[in-house]
Amino acid sequence: MQPYFSEVYGNASSMHSFGSAAVAALDEAHHTVACDLGARASEIVFTGCGTESDNLAIRGASLAMWKRGRGQHLIVASAEHHAVAHTFHQLQDLFGFTVTELPVGSDGRVDPDDVRKAIRPDTVLCSVMLANNEVGSFNDIASIGAICRERGVLMHTDAVQAPSTVLLNVNALNVDLLALSAHKFYGPKGVGMLYIREGTAYLSTLTGGGHERGRRPGTVNVAGCVGLAAASKYVAARRDTQAGRLSLLRDKLFAGILADVPDARVSGHAHDRLAGHASFVFKDVDGETLLMALDIEGIAVSTGSACTSGNPEPSEVLVAMGISPNWALGGLRISLGYGTTEDDVDRVIDVLPKCVARIRKTAHVMGSARVVAQP
Amino acid sequence: MSGNGGTRVVVAMSGGVDSSVAAALLVEQGYEVIGIMLRLWAEEGTDMTGAPNANRCCAPEAVTDARAIAQMLGIPFYDIHAEAVFKKQVVDSWIDGYARAITPNPCFNCNRSIRFGFLKQRALALGASYLATGHYARVDRAGDDTPYRLLKGRDDKKDQSYVLHVLGQEDLAHAMFPCGNYVKSEIRSLAHKFGLPTAERAESQDLCFLTQGDYRGFLSRQAPEISTPGPVLNQRGEQIGTHEGLPYYTVGQRKGLQVMQKITTAEPMYVLRLDRARNAVIAGPASELGSRRVLVQMAHYCSGRIPEGAIQCTAKVRYKAREATGTLEPQANGSLVFQFDEPQRDATPGQGLVAYFGDEVIGGGVITAVS
Repeated sequence: MQPYFSEVYGNASSMHSFGSAAVAALDEAHHTVACDLGARASEIVFTGCGTESDNLAIRGASLAMWKRGRGQHLIVASAEHHAVAHTFHQLQDLFGFTVTELPVGSDGRVDPDDVRKAIRPDTVLCSVMLANNEVGSFNDIASIGAICRERGVLMHTDAVQAPSTVLLNVNALNVDLLALSAHKFYGPKGVGMLYIREGTAYLSTLTGGGHERGRRPGTVNVAGCVGLAAASKYVAARRDTQAGRLSLLRDKLFAGILADVPDARVSGHAHDRLAGHASFVFKDVDGETLLMALDIEGIAVSTGSACTSGNPEPSEVLVAMGISPNWALGGLRISLGYGTTEDDVDRVIDVLPKCVARIRKTAHVMGSARVVAQP
Repeated sequence: MSGNGGTRVVVAMSGGVDSSVAAALLVEQGYEVIGIMLRLWAEEGTDMTGAPNANRCCAPEAVTDARAIAQMLGIPFYDIHAEAVFKKQVVDSWIDGYARAITPNPCFNCNRSIRFGFLKQRALALGASYLATGHYARVDRAGDDTPYRLLKGRDDKKDQSYVLHVLGQEDLAHAMFPCGNYVKSEIRSLAHKFGLPTAERAESQDLCFLTQGDYRGFLSRQAPEISTPGPVLNQRGEQIGTHEGLPYYTVGQRKGLQVMQKITTAEPMYVLRLDRARNAVIAGPASELGSRRVLVQMAHYCSGRIPEGAIQCTAKVRYKAREATGTLEPQANGSLVFQFDEPQRDATPGQGLVAYFGDEVIGGGVITAVS
């Protein structure tokens, strides 16, 4: 990336020779990413982030299909990231679309048969994420995509969580639109990618110049795109080995935590899930407090949701999976990456049970001691 | 550095000078300090740019300031959401107070249920021994067998022990008020010394969760059902005017009383009390204002023990009221009566009565009735 901040500072939209060096770098970035995905370079659109990719894809395809008189019915899974879910909500609330939300099972996965049943003559787009960000479970995108294709419905998948451990091939997946974010596979933050299959109905909801073939107008973040492409090469060379290694560490983490923490469960599918993704729910534990407690110990985790402790609204994803609120408030996601060692995992297995015990103890003491008086 | 290493303290940070200096002092004293900011509820709505309204104590600038200060001090910082619990425990019960024709003070519930409830619980869950705030007050303990005592802050003008009187022994055992030993000017110099920003946000008399206009507008939007227009009566029970709903009036208020022209005397009329049963405002001249006897139904004593007999001491009936002398008479049923030596003009049901023995807060509670 480095040269593109200084020596190769040309604007890829300029005709002069400095610009042309940047164009060459961008062309190569498109090519690199396309190779990894089994796509053509012309089908790759660089964006500002995964959220932007999802937004452009969903709104762009829905509006283009509607414009072609194909209908206004959309299908989306109920455990999607907000970048997807909120875009569908807006299309429904402000643009006259009807949205069918697909249920997810207790493992967080969509049943492809439900997609088949939800498709109507006026259905134009279906979106199901490849791997769930909160609970790690894989969806059977290849089957869902095949069903959609057979019925003339466009298929979008948010695959943001996947590239570091999963080889993605847009043809094997039967998708028309696929979103990625560089920072999820060791690339820079603030750059994303959208795959748009050739011939897919698409209307750019950003308007402006002809950047990225008019599909994402706006000055291209050359250094970022080069970084994304470099990251793509980096993970392509490592993902198989790392996936094998990380799934073993993940399973060790599962076993260690479940053995030492009472009232703990794995959320999502036990093994048909991302190799580097371990997620749990703990009964009667505030996930945010657990996050802080681990952070103080130098262990960075996430609650896996926008769930907030003062707001006794548990994660929408966990609720959609049928997990009861007093468990769902204690949702925790631990991500394992290429740099994670077995020592790291052992440390979590040592520290996390103590943190959970302390939180449960104080919650119990406070709960019984405090009587709230009226004003 | 003293021997405080390894003792963990959570500081409630607001981005303001006081809590920032509190955090810096604790870091200097060698404690392992963690900064936490609570996001509190504010009335739903957005500003012109579409950004959501924020509670004044945790506006976006305040969060930015607090985070920057934590970064500077090299301590972890978390801002955590407490909107729903604040709405339920503080705002809803405050609205409920108005529905019961009293003038509630939400700060008591906030300190009891949010700071020394929700936040203290999280502090202990994080392995902290103490929760520190930027309040001007002090905690003292004479010996191991004696109770913890809540004392006024050294700065008479800034003393905030009034709103902290709700704390009990369990709270005080885990409370630290590092600013309490300083006067405000010293806190400012300390801020300079530590290189902390000293700009003060404008203090407002309004409540932190009001984002537009005063509390009356807030109540009319959030709980229109609790306000029913009714009569203004004089002390003989004769109607002398109309009111717009009891929640819009408080004892001692003159503004907004619509008294019929022909009855208007040379003397201005003031709210003497609110009569919920008749949905009436009882009004009279200033000479009728003031009460000597104040009843607190559920009295709270910081020591955790009900005093054995009457105590000659002082008390105040509002945060900004002047302390006045009188006698605290604990009652067998858990209530207390405070007999002031001189009538107190602002004694109002819903506000707090807080009794002091010198610098020590004895306790108090929410005023139930005055006479």
